[in-house]
Amino acid sequence: MAKARTFQDLILTLQSYWAAQGCLILQPYDDQMGAGTFHPATTLRALGPRPWNAAFVQPSRRPSDGRYGENPNRLQHYYQYQVILKPAPENVQELYLGSIRAIGLDPDLHDIRFVEDDWESPTLGAAGLGWEVWCDGMEITQFTYFQQVGGIECDPVCAEITYGLERLAMYVQNVEFVYDLAFNETFRYGEVFHQNEQEFSAFNFERADTDILFQHFKDAEKQCRELLTGKKLPLPAYDQCIKASHAFNLLDARGVISVTERAAYIGRVRALAQACCEAWLETPMGAYKPRFG
Amino acid sequence: MPDLLLELFSEEIPARMQAGAARDLERLMVGALTDRGFLFEGAKAFAGPRRLTLAIAGLPAKQSDVREELKGPKTDAPPAALEGFLKKTGLTKDQLKVETTPKGDVYMALIERAGRETPQVLAEIIPEVMAKLPWPKSMRWKPGSAVRWVRPLHSILCTFDGELVPFSFAGISTGLHTRGHRFLSEGKIEARRFDDYAQKLKANHVVLEAEERSAIIFEGIKQAAFVHGLEMIPDEGLLAEVCGLAEWPTVYVGTIQDEFMDVPAEILQTSMRTHQKYFSLRDPKTGKMANRFALVANMVAKDGGKEIVAGNERVLRARLSDAKFFWDEDRKHTLESRVEKLKGIVFHAKLGTQAERVARIEKLAGEIAAKIGADVKLAQRAARLAKADLTTGVVGEFPELQGVMGRYYALHDKEEAAVADAARDHYKPVGPSDAVPTDKVAISVALADKLDALTGFFAAGEKPTGSGDPFALRRAALGVIRILLENKLRYPLKLESDLLSFFADRLKVALKEKGIRHDLIDAVFSLGNEDDLVRLVARVEALQAFLKSDDGTNLLAGYKRAANILKAEEKKDGKTFTSEVLENKLAEPAEKALFAALTKARAAITAALDKEDFAAAMQQMSSLRVPVDGFFEGVKVNADDKQVRENRLNLLASLRATLHQVADFSKIEG
Repeated sequence: MAKARTFQDLILTLQSYWAAQGCLILQPYDDQMGAGTFHPATTLRALGPRPWNAAFVQPSRRPSDGRYGENPNRLQHYYQYQVILKPAPENVQELYLGSIRAIGLDPDLHDIRFVEDDWESPTLGAAGLGWEVWCDGMEITQFTYFQQVGGIECDPVCAEITYGLERLAMYVQNVEFVYDLAFNETFRYGEVFHQNEQEFSAFNFERADTDILFQHFKDAEKQCRELLTGKKLPLPAYDQCIKASHAFNLLDARGVISVTERAAYIGRVRALAQACCEAWLETPMGAYKPRFG
Repeated sequence: MPDLLLELFSEEIPARMQAGAARDLERLMVGALTDRGFLFEGAKAFAGPRRLTLAIAGLPAKQSDVREELKGPKTDAPPAALEGFLKKTGLTKDQLKVETTPKGDVYMALIERAGRETPQVLAEIIPEVMAKLPWPKSMRWKPGSAVRWVRPLHSILCTFDGELVPFSFAGISTGLHTRGHRFLSEGKIEARRFDDYAQKLKANHVVLEAEERSAIIFEGIKQAAFVHGLEMIPDEGLLAEVCGLAEWPTVYVGTIQDEFMDVPAEILQTSMRTHQKYFSLRDPKTGKMANRFALVANMVAKDGGKEIVAGNERVLRARLSDAKFFWDEDRKHTLESRVEKLKGIVFHAKLGTQAERVARIEKLAGEIAAKIGADVKLAQRAARLAKADLTTGVVGEFPELQGVMGRYYALHDKEEAAVADAARDHYKPVGPSDAVPTDKVAISVALADKLDALTGFFAAGEKPTGSGDPFALRRAALGVIRILLENKLRYPLKLESDLLSFFADRLKVALKEKGIRHDLIDAVFSLGNEDDLVRLVARVEALQAFLKSDDGTNLLAGYKRAANILKAEEKKDGKTFTSEVLENKLAEPAEKALFAALTKARAAITAALDKEDFAAAMQQMSSLRVPVDGFFEGVKVNADDKQVRENRLNLLASLRATLHQVADFSKIEG
């Protein structure tokens, strides 16, 4: 149980651990998104009766969390490691603890606890019950049993495990400033990403052209709707939903969306997500037979 | 007699739900057993992070036999009624008896049911109780099943008299096994009886009883603090919460880095409590917060907790850096400069922005200050700045520090001390145990804040309902009442009638604890002209003292008698008696005496009330007792002579009116 010494060791360890548990090791989705949950391998595959076990790294963009590279642990671009297990195995907590051991955190030396934290994504019309997992008072993982995605009840219920990789690595490496993380033996995290944080913070907060973004939002919404009429194409339509969501996040960071408008925009993205999810269930891979009520 | 042991073992149950779940489990099981005719010696439920346990002692091995008579339809009822009754009872027509009742002949069924074996009944009711257990929030996890629990359920241990009670719930069959601590025990544990169960759990690092965990934490922190010459800052809410987060609570002490110690203690404490669930410690001599904190882990670590403490300290450093950052940033802008920003914060859709609210409070605080003798300028200034801290980073992060931070920032801005204190104290009292503000500037702002919310929400139609009070208006009204009464402030509440009666209800609640009768408050309130709470309470207290006296009790009885007679006669005559009493029509000495006493008392009571000398007013009422008693003994109200009768009724009406100067006696009970 040697500690994962570098950031990439941590990723590789998780990859091989979950591969050994029978998960598909997928690659990041090639669209900008706020969290791994937006990956169609989570959102869409969480629905319907087919079993699904997958794990992947997902770069996550949170434009408003940009701090120009000055905050010790807040980033507008960071990595999530996401595991999705459907149906949730009975020993899923044990499987998770196995992954914690694998990256070198010994539960005999640490205080690991499951603290109530229910998860909800208003933009995806998704909600679930679960915990944040604490290691010595530090939140290292979000653990959720999905109950609903796109407004549709999940059956079977899947377990979603989301590790915040930078935070976890900071804990394992005993580092207090994210940019000091060893990415590998030679590079620090800052050498890879510090300039990105500076430039993208300026883009998110100052330079992103709001007229263009409003147009992007409208276009994506229109295209998404269009793809869901006639012969439905839920996968490309869902891409458009992701794009609309990211355009909204950028507009929000630019501070041009008022409190009341905010709710309305979230509602529009949710409507797209729901329509995509519904269409997905009509496809061969999504085919859904409700088993109860 | 045999015992029942039931354990429902699941994944981690939210701390806030544990106590309620234990209570509900016990209540539902006790109800289900009693409904089936079981008596038992005692029931106790336990809750912890991963289990709900119920122990019922002295439960009979067999349900008692049931023998009951059921009344059916009348013999001449339509045949369908009889059919239904036969179906319900499972009997045939010739098994029924016919009984003659005052309403006619009816069918009677004699039902005899032999009591069943207890385990059989348990196997039936426990799954029903589990399905009914009202979790605040629950989830599905079984494919294809709608069954819900708070988190996935893993096992059910159920024994009666040491033997397995077989049933299943959510596809899980009962067994004789449970598990201990997640990390400090291994494998399954068999248990058949409660004592053995509790003991084995303890051997496997699980303390079953929440009270015991709580005591372990409390003592643990006390001792750990003592080692450092410190004491814990009591925090019952936090104690209850951490109790639900550890099966084997273990206390460790960590250190707060020096660089954070000049951040206000309230910020440190709140940050540690909300984010990390740490207890703050203080120096018992100075009362000042210490640079140490206590944490409650669920683990006895191999290294004595070195890693755990180091890890927690590291997390805390990151947390406190954030807090310190906000504190430093906030002080770069004055509160005055923040007032403008309140325009961007909506207070309530129907009541406008915080800026508009502040303008109203500023005006009202000035008016109140003028009436209660506070410095008007300071009260207005305090009101203007009181909400400005809502735009600060610290309050954004920790809303519960509103007011407290306002005071710090006001002092930093070199505002007057009274203004700074009012920024903090105008929210007070925040609960029944919280003190009320005593400084007149703070009082002016506190009253203005609460009255503005009350009048605003009432006007907007957002009154509290039986089930909900989302804007805490009950608390606001109670706050106004306490501020006025405890400071003995004479301030007339000029309120709309619905709000005034809302206050009356709150006042009853507030005064009930002081032993003041709610009917007396009604009796005084319903006079309709009292908006000064201090005066109202003085009158109610005097009235209550009077009614406890012999004179009071008798006078009240006399009043009731008079009121009853009047009610009956007024109904008979179809009019109310309000005319002057004609002195020359008074015949009997007793009615003359009553008339004389009333004439004297009425004037004296008016005078006493004008001087707010309620004791004197009551004394005057005492003087009526003898003539009232005398009247009822010696005078027949319903005289044959019509004029004499009406005159006597008018005399009684005059008694009623005289007493109603003090209170509406018809509202008084007893």
